[in-house]
Amino acid sequence: MPLRDDAGPLDDRWTRVEPGEDLAERSLLGFTDADERGPSLAGIDPARLGLHVANDVQPDALVPWFDKISLISIDFPSFADGRGFSIARALRQRGYTGRLRARGPVIADQYAYLRACGFDEVETPEAVSNRQPEAQWAEISAVERLRYQRGYPGARNILDARREARG
Amino acid sequence: MYRYDEFDAAFVADRAAEFRGQVARRLSGSLTEEEFRPLRLMNGVYLQLHAYMLRVAIPYGTLSGAQMRMLAHIAEKYDRGYGHFTTRQNIQFNWPKLKDVPDILDDLASVEMHAIQTSGNCIRNTTSDPFAGVAPDEVEDPRMTAELIRQWSSLHPEFTFLGRKFKIAVTGAEEDRAAIKVHDIGIQVLKNEAGQTGYRVLVGGGLGRTPMIGKVIRNWLPKADLLPYLEACLRVYNLNGRRDNKYKARIKILVHELGIDEYKRQVEEAFARLDGETIAPDAAEVARIESYFAPPAYEALADESVLFERMKREDAAFAAWVERNVHAHRTPGYAVATISLKPVGGAPGDATAEQMRAMAEIAERHSMDELRVTHEQNVVLPNIRKDELYAVWRKLAAQGLDAANKGLVTDIIACPGLDYCNLATARSIPVAQMIAERFKDPALQQKIGPLSIKISGCINACGHHHVGHIGILGLDKAGVESYQITLGGDATETAAIGERTGPGFSFEDVTDAIETLVATYLDRRLAGETFLQCYRRIGMAEFKETLYAAA
Repeated sequence: MPLRDDAGPLDDRWTRVEPGEDLAERSLLGFTDADERGPSLAGIDPARLGLHVANDVQPDALVPWFDKISLISIDFPSFADGRGFSIARALRQRGYTGRLRARGPVIADQYAYLRACGFDEVETPEAVSNRQPEAQWAEISAVERLRYQRGYPGARNILDARREARG
Repeated sequence: MYRYDEFDAAFVADRAAEFRGQVARRLSGSLTEEEFRPLRLMNGVYLQLHAYMLRVAIPYGTLSGAQMRMLAHIAEKYDRGYGHFTTRQNIQFNWPKLKDVPDILDDLASVEMHAIQTSGNCIRNTTSDPFAGVAPDEVEDPRMTAELIRQWSSLHPEFTFLGRKFKIAVTGAEEDRAAIKVHDIGIQVLKNEAGQTGYRVLVGGGLGRTPMIGKVIRNWLPKADLLPYLEACLRVYNLNGRRDNKYKARIKILVHELGIDEYKRQVEEAFARLDGETIAPDAAEVARIESYFAPPAYEALADESVLFERMKREDAAFAAWVERNVHAHRTPGYAVATISLKPVGGAPGDATAEQMRAMAEIAERHSMDELRVTHEQNVVLPNIRKDELYAVWRKLAAQGLDAANKGLVTDIIACPGLDYCNLATARSIPVAQMIAERFKDPALQQKIGPLSIKISGCINACGHHHVGHIGILGLDKAGVESYQITLGGDATETAAIGERTGPGFSFEDVTDAIETLVATYLDRRLAGETFLQCYRRIGMAEFKETLYAAA
């Protein structure tokens, strides 16, 4: 499925590895599968391991993995199911510094929110990409935004701007 | 009143521009209807039975004259000459065309208004006490808190695709005129023993299919912790609220299923993890917002007005209106007046463009340019000199805005019902009109005293029937409208969910049923006892007996 980040379309260098399959150059494992593989993953370069998680995962359950992986892909079963926003935010708050991917039929209109909550990239089904071509994502992402909420990156914060204006 | 600075203005203009783009992309097919739906809902655009409906936010119900004039302009230019004030202190236009909505949003932005988050599964317009800032029993003007929440909740990156809608209400007084116990989160501004101002926070209240009274999650929350604490409450809800069934997706179900203790434990844990400093506004920002709600420049007046007292003696109709619709103001010589949008025969909450302009003019001339919309679908003039009340009343009367029925049996709350709404299972406005007609005699209304009737045309309870002293719920029973009645509901600090009397009544019989209930009350009441007090004393049995005696 097409992948993009701030810089535009991206080649997906990750391979989804199913339970029982051998690891690839960069392996994206299901969370349960990774748990079951347990010790066999010890010592593998974190740059080669990633986890794909459903959006009912408890963020605390991922903390022990933080130093073993470099990608967490969070499933969006529907663009209207916003649990992934809070999961991403909770992971960043718990100290995760690797890459975060939103995978599912999210739309360009959500991209700024996804970025603000800590996602780096989105992987959307062909159907979404066909209706919302890259130019549209780029155009919507390029809009300069103002935001009231403090503590979220990616847009000009209104409260901070007011403080600056006060001098 | 809060005024937009350059950033608020730019934010709202950006959102209007963004929506213009979204409409264009919907029309080009780039967005599917399914994708467009939450985006338009987040901008207050509903698809109703006959047409699109636009719901405009009136933050915490406060309006200036210029804003009310713009609503009149929109009603005339894009609608059929009227608007409908809602139970959430908003206004709805029932007939705009989708292609006109971006222009309407631009018009609204020109007077510092918007339609952001008046619908959809996001944090809705924050509501408050319509007497905020003028009520004698107030600890602090709750609108300062509500404005902080308005800003924080606007296009929140994390909480814009929630499991279900999320409503927050704030009161600053002990007497609860904002119905905080039936909101997803209810906030009461209060003082602790040390004299500091902070909050009591309730969570998990709500009406709809599963009515619940909110539970206290914090008896004391320091002011500075408000936004971080709300963020923690919302995060736990967003992560753990049910998504499998939209009727079980409100926070009240999560709180009910987890229990308040477990929900609170999770919130406190999430709150402890947050860096509150990075979320909360700095002191200067709080002070900036507070400064907008400083009391206006009242004149030093004697509390008693000779003219006012004389006109009450000379004009019985004025005296009756004052008795019902005028309330104490905290400043000597001033009063608060409720403009009832419930004339007998009218649709509850409707106002014509001409009436809106009249209200705007009166507010500018006589109420320090302020109006409030109430969750009872009325409008309040908060700052009137007692000397000028008679002149104000005359102007209201000229527009048919002088119904002297605030809080009485004809001051009925009703959702749009089957006449407008595609969720409705029964008519509600016509039921309200029939009941008002039956009880239209002013002497009879006075005799009955305070009695709130609330009518919903479906189980979603937009007419708040669960918290009406008498609640009416219109259902569809095998293709026929059937009206269930509940008794004893209460939306105030003594909040209660009404109890069902039994089988429902037909459209033709429901007015008789209400009359029987009122007759039973008049027969059984003790001196000075209201309907609600009487019901609480004698219970359901006697009402039920007379109600179903004929059946």
